[in-house]
Amino acid sequence: MYRYDQYDQAIVDARVDEFRDQVRRRLAGQLTEDQFKPLRLMNGLYLQLHAYMLRVAIPYGTLDSRQLRTLAGIAREFDRGYGHFTTRQNLQFNWIKLEDTPTILERLAKVEMHAIQTSGNCIRNISSDQFAGAAADEVTDPRPWAELLRQWSTFHPEFSYLPRKFKIAVIAANEDRAAMRLHDIGIQLVEQDGAVGARIYAGGGMGRTPMIAPLIRDFVPVDDLMSYLEAALRVYNRYGRRDNIYKARIKILVHEIGADEYRRQVEEEFVAVKQLGIDPPRAELERIQAMFAAPAFSADAPEAIDRSDPDFAVWLDQNVAAHKQPGHAIVTISLKSIGGIPGDASADQMDLVADLAERYSFDELRVTHAQNLVLPHVRKADLPAIWTRLREAGLAEANLDLVTDIIACPGLDYCSLANARSIPLAQKLAVRLAPRQHDLGELKVKISGCINACGHHHAGHIGILGVDKKGVENYQLSFGGSGAEDVSLGKITGPGFDEDGVVDAVDRATCTYVELRQAGERFLDTYRRVGMQPFKEAIYG
Amino acid sequence: MGDLDRASIGGEPLLRFRDDEPHDEPAVTLDSFLAEQTNATAVRLEAGEDARALLPHLDRLALIEVSFPTFRDGRGYSAGRILREAGYAGELRAAGDVLVDQLPLMRRCGFDSFAPETEIDAATLRASLDRYGDHYQAAADPVVPVWRKRHG
Ligand code: SF4
Repeated sequence: MYRYDQYDQAIVDARVDEFRDQVRRRLAGQLTEDQFKPLRLMNGLYLQLHAYMLRVAIPYGTLDSRQLRTLAGIAREFDRGYGHFTTRQNLQFNWIKLEDTPTILERLAKVEMHAIQTSGNCIRNISSDQFAGAAADEVTDPRPWAELLRQWSTFHPEFSYLPRKFKIAVIAANEDRAAMRLHDIGIQLVEQDGAVGARIYAGGGMGRTPMIAPLIRDFVPVDDLMSYLEAALRVYNRYGRRDNIYKARIKILVHEIGADEYRRQVEEEFVAVKQLGIDPPRAELERIQAMFAAPAFSADAPEAIDRSDPDFAVWLDQNVAAHKQPGHAIVTISLKSIGGIPGDASADQMDLVADLAERYSFDELRVTHAQNLVLPHVRKADLPAIWTRLREAGLAEANLDLVTDIIACPGLDYCSLANARSIPLAQKLAVRLAPRQHDLGELKVKISGCINACGHHHAGHIGILGVDKKGVENYQLSFGGSGAEDVSLGKITGPGFDEDGVVDAVDRATCTYVELRQAGERFLDTYRRVGMQPFKEAIYG
Repeated sequence: MGDLDRASIGGEPLLRFRDDEPHDEPAVTLDSFLAEQTNATAVRLEAGEDARALLPHLDRLALIEVSFPTFRDGRGYSAGRILREAGYAGELRAAGDVLVDQLPLMRRCGFDSFAPETEIDAATLRASLDRYGDHYQAAADPVVPVWRKRHG
């Protein structure tokens, strides 16, 4: 894992001091709310319906037990004993007092954490593959590159007041576990002539106008990466629209001028920027990479797993993935207990997971964009013990990627922008479909409470969007989206539903799938093969 | 981060980080500067205007004023860097909704003169400019980026 040196620590400490001063000036009336807002947002502090929400950055979704315990402590002391893991691999506290935030940030800084740029019109927390460093299919660990980008983007003097927020994801495998092409910039690390470099996609995103990012540059060598990204961001900062908040993301710029013209402008800018000597030396990437060296796996860890407990076997098949190291495995801890709040974890659960990471996973943990947690480096022999502890804590739901592993944004229960509630709908759906979930297989349901699409509904095999229909909560249903390597955007089925109606509609759609599926087909595959019509008939029939 | 001078132009407060005298010729618009073969030595760039249009003329300019119509409009940061990257050494002034919390970023993008609409508290500004001793990126100021400190 990355460890701060004196410079990283000094910068984060200075940020705490700065924010303490800004809060003081705000409370003293020296800053207007209008002036304070972007400052607090750039520190992850939102004003929600009932209280302030603080979003803590978990860079590329990686953390250790000490950090998770600190988060648990903050949840107990300053929130209501819960934290909420988000689709950007971050953690949100929903019940925070403004005057407590400097103290919370100080606690975070002590364990090398912060809330920098988790909101605001700036480069946001860099996201990555939750299986980084453990997956067999990666060309390299993407996290050192993501850390390089974290540092480059932190308080970037030119790009702190962009037209709109800017999200970057970095992956290094062909299997896309991070919805890479639905980001403002998506980076896939690839190998060319024995060297690793960045393949750059730009102009993807969800929200009101979802777009899949087109390829902009096939290969950027590491020595040019910062210059290239500065060029890409500069074109956006100068020419992205600022007249309409809904047209201000880079996807609109790339779409309006076209990928070819955007590329031409970036390349032209790159020629100028490259002269400036702003790229760190390769030794900087190597310094970071050294901190992400593989842990000391035991070479002779046994392969055999005792499957005699049937409940354990179900969990093993569903939530445990192959590891690159023989005798090891990757465990996903579901935060989607049936009827629970997707992505929520209690302080006690966080402490337990921290214990498990420390004892069984080389002190490492990951957060996934699907709002679950991961123990990335576990010995197969330890799986039964881990499962037993998880089960005692209500964390052993065997539903990874199944229909009850629902992504849901906070929705109308917390969010001031929401049109409809997301959480109660996710709970109802999960309860209804849980009995059939293993038969239904991989089926990704994603719910957003409004068009901002924080719940990634465009990328759901089944997507649900909350809309306001003459003051009544209404839900639009869509099928066929995917945030994975087979990326696609969902298509709306037809007229919307009320809460119970949408649960019924999803239920019926899954029955249609079961009738029509061919061997090995997921819901998404069947939908892609047969199209919308049979599903429409079943739903609206 | 350089010594701060308080001056004024036409009675308006002006914060400067330069040793020379403030340039007192009024700035002309970019259009009239480009269209009219003028001898003007001071130009004002609006937020949406292309700083690159000035690059052929930098050596005869003593003042470029860049407008920040609201502090949320960040186009001026790019304009500042582009001008400095091209070697412009004259006064680079940020004018408009220039606030204490953004001013350090503007300094990093090469601005050395500020004409804020509302007065900036001196103590808050000093603290704000002195707060960060380290910066991750190289930009248009003389700051040594952290990666260079790490690797020499
Ligand atoms: S999708 Fe809308 S309702 Fe849901 S969290 Fe985002 S802004 Fe709020």
